Amino acid sequence: MATAIGIVQQVDWDVPEQTGLWSDAWVRFRRNPLAVAGLAVIVVMIVLAIGARLPTNPGGLWHVLHLTGDPVQQEVTNTYALPSLQHPLGTDVLGRDQLSRILYGASISLTIGIVVQFLILIIGGVIGMVAGYFGGWIDNLLMRFTDIMYAFPDLLLVLVFVAAFGPSFWSIFIALGLVYWVGLARLVRGQVLSIKEKEYVEAAIMTGTSPFKLIVKHLVPNSLGPVIVTLTFGIPAAIFTEAALSFLGIGIRPPEPSWGVMIEDGYAGIFADPRQVIFPGIAVALTMLSFTFVGDGLRDALDPRMRR
Amino acid sequence: MAALQAAEKAPAIAVKPEAVLLRVENAFKYFPVSGLGGLAVRAVDGVDLEIRRGETLGLVGESGCGKSTLARLITALLPVTAGKITFDGQDITKLRGRRLRRIRQKMQMIFQDPYASLDPRMTVGDILQEPLDNFGIGSVGHRRRRVQELLRLVGLNPNFTNRYPHEFSGGQRQRIGIARALALNPSFIVCDEAVSALDVSIQAQIINLLQDLQKEFQLTYLFIAHDLAVVRHLSDRIAVMYLGKVVETADRNDIYERPQHPYTKALLSSIPVPDPKVERERAPITLKGEIPSPVNPPSGCRFHTRCPIARAPGVCSEQEPALEAHGAADQVAACHFAGQA
Repeated sequence: MATAIGIVQQVDWDVPEQTGLWSDAWVRFRRNPLAVAGLAVIVVMIVLAIGARLPTNPGGLWHVLHLTGDPVQQEVTNTYALPSLQHPLGTDVLGRDQLSRILYGASISLTIGIVVQFLILIIGGVIGMVAGYFGGWIDNLLMRFTDIMYAFPDLLLVLVFVAAFGPSFWSIFIALGLVYWVGLARLVRGQVLSIKEKEYVEAAIMTGTSPFKLIVKHLVPNSLGPVIVTLTFGIPAAIFTEAALSFLGIGIRPPEPSWGVMIEDGYAGIFADPRQVIFPGIAVALTMLSFTFVGDGLRDALDPRMRR
Repeated sequence: MAALQAAEKAPAIAVKPEAVLLRVENAFKYFPVSGLGGLAVRAVDGVDLEIRRGETLGLVGESGCGKSTLARLITALLPVTAGKITFDGQDITKLRGRRLRRIRQKMQMIFQDPYASLDPRMTVGDILQEPLDNFGIGSVGHRRRRVQELLRLVGLNPNFTNRYPHEFSGGQRQRIGIARALALNPSFIVCDEAVSALDVSIQAQIINLLQDLQKEFQLTYLFIAHDLAVVRHLSDRIAVMYLGKVVETADRNDIYERPQHPYTKALLSSIPVPDPKVERERAPITLKGEIPSPVNPPSGCRFHTRCPIARAPGVCSEQEPALEAHGAADQVAACHFAGQA
């Protein structure tokens, strides 16, 4: 073969400017100030949440550093306290430190919101991929099942599952996963159906690529962009559903503080002390808003049509 | 399935069997149309074709006449509805799995759209190395060197291996597609409108590259195009397709100088003449009407609805003409009145 080199006049040797696909997306993401702000809020919140769960002390790192109180310790003589140095957001009906409870609740909300996405990715991704790749009766069967699941109201179905498993962190996690995979399965199926018709997939088959490698090396990487966006939008949905479940009393069990539990606790005395509802409410709203902004930013950054 | 029987005559060409690399015998591809009660798009409707070792066979026809579908039958990307396709003495329509993959080492394809035929998530190095990885050719270091060699071979900088396809121009991408097709040292390459999507100046470069490579590696090409001028420059023989059937096959010069089928004549007269004086004087044959639906092709000769010399109602609308020797040696046409008018 070495003799063959140089049979062509070398006509196209100009070196294009190098840009990776992901670094390209990051450049576009950074151009969106709301998305960057959302990402910053999320990062800060994750750090705070991790701190609230760290060392052995129930109040976590922030309590050790005397920045907050203890999320579970009750000061029965100091209920509904106004914000002070000791309790920056005051105390609740049982005299527990509000700020430390919100930070502790952040760890629960963020964990559920993010970890559920992995379960959704596994269930929805596999079902969508199998349906789209194999097509025919397999596709029909899986998609009709998906349609049936889609027909149920989300919250109702989650309620059914949580009731069946009994209320706990893990049952909420599984229930959310079992309900919210539907959208992703449809998305992945659509992606696979369209990518399967692309010439580069035909080219890969022509060069002897096995079906397994075809899925792993071509179908999965090329459907990743919209999947990441959908999962990012799924995080606030899961956080909201957890809060709703806890508010309804079938989610996280007291005394463990989650934002839904706190809103439910404060709801009784909402006129006496609205702060009990407002602070955890702001936490829920801020988190959801941040993830939504990040999702918007990711969608614009990963959309190939946005490329110059 | 009356069409099946009508077309079952043996091809009229007689060439030494060992000279034929690929033979298509009475191939059909119907795509069922769901919801229309058993109706089907007859994309390829009884095609006979042979491709000889070392030659370039040009395949021309309007958009939608089944050229690309035929290419995908020949490369076994699509299964045939009926018929036989023999490559190197082996019927590839029956092959599955590993044995099909082995055939693909000898048979490659260059695709139409250089923007769709390269995986945007893979680097050029990965794209070119994939065929070598799939067949476990050489050591990893050897494969890497081979990738650079391939890039050099198609006139690209061998240091481009870590670049992504979107960083290249259309012509450069098509060179990458050609390098990929060469990676496994095939003997036969299907070029499916490989230059149609490129600028005219780039087209010439790519065509020259394809010719250089053919000389260097004794390649056999099936070159599909809708542009007769491009095909003439490149081909040894030319086959003309209309609505799922081959209507004429002949040596390049014979088909340009003595076309036998009225459709071939119409195609040839649609090529503009560079001399404006001649262009003004000549009267190109314009076909009436649209290309008929491949779901329900016309009876008899399927060209009779647009044919300037058809006798319809009459033999043309009643009897399907077979590919028979007309005009020069090695020239066949499917027309009741071949060579007339």
